[in-house]
Amino acid sequence: MRAHLTRRYMFSASHRLHSDQFSEEENRLTYGKCNNPFGHGHNYMIEITVSGFVDDQTGMVCNLVDLDGVVQDKILERYDHQNLNLMPEFKNTVPTTENLCIAIYEIVSRGFHEAHLDKVRIEETMMNSFEYAGEDL
Amino acid sequence: MVFLTRKAEFSASHYYHNPAFTTEENRRIFGKCNNPNGHGHNYTLEVTVKGVVDPKSGFVVDLKELKDIMNREVLDALDHRFLNKEVPEFATKIPTTENLAIAIWQRLAPKLRAAQLHRVRVYETPDLFVDVYGDTNGPDAEAQGAV
Repeated sequence: MRAHLTRRYMFSASHRLHSDQFSEEENRLTYGKCNNPFGHGHNYMIEITVSGFVDDQTGMVCNLVDLDGVVQDKILERYDHQNLNLMPEFKNTVPTTENLCIAIYEIVSRGFHEAHLDKVRIEETMMNSFEYAGEDL
Repeated sequence: MVFLTRKAEFSASHYYHNPAFTTEENRRIFGKCNNPNGHGHNYTLEVTVKGVVDPKSGFVVDLKELKDIMNREVLDALDHRFLNKEVPEFATKIPTTENLAIAIWQRLAPKLRAAQLHRVRVYETPDLFVDVYGDTNGPDAEAQGAV
């Protein structure tokens, strides 16, 4: 039977929502407080969901240690206690949680091949969350 | 179609070990979970059923009946047990969260009459959970040794 395994991680980072394609006034109207030029931060909660058939030798969809290793090296080391606006992936893309979801999905998708990556879900705060499951769904 | 989820909690111990692996392989693959004396978790189970709302009762399913089935088929068998030694499914299968979710699905699915089982979710810890939807089809089923 196919099983879908979800693992939660946390990191903290700062960002500022600002688009070069908007005027100063449009940026303020669109992003409100998030447009504060000094930035602000969040504790991001990341959920990575992978799936596959359960291997009858190990009882696992994938080895959790390997998933943790990839997320630690490629996501947490990269983003924890950083300013997202300074990352290359957000040079020309606004670091909204939508775009962060897509960036993390693409990094995990490139780095982890033991199971199918179903989706990335991020809670920016307890009040809002975002999911990205790739474009083929 | 309406989906209804009922939660339950149980505590159990387990360890991971495959007799086909060497001692060294067991240690490498399963790490701390290979300790033969076992270790335990407080598991949270979420059972989601789906169905159309009965026009007379306003229910998808009688919650009392669902709770009784979950208690009888799952919690009585798993709560405060050593999964490897006391639960028949794990005499031959490793009691990972994946296999636990599958075993719970297989215990519940045939017993539900009014509503259809949609999803079984098992939290081993707050930061690790497994979902199963009863999906046994797929091109990789055989190759990956599908359960």
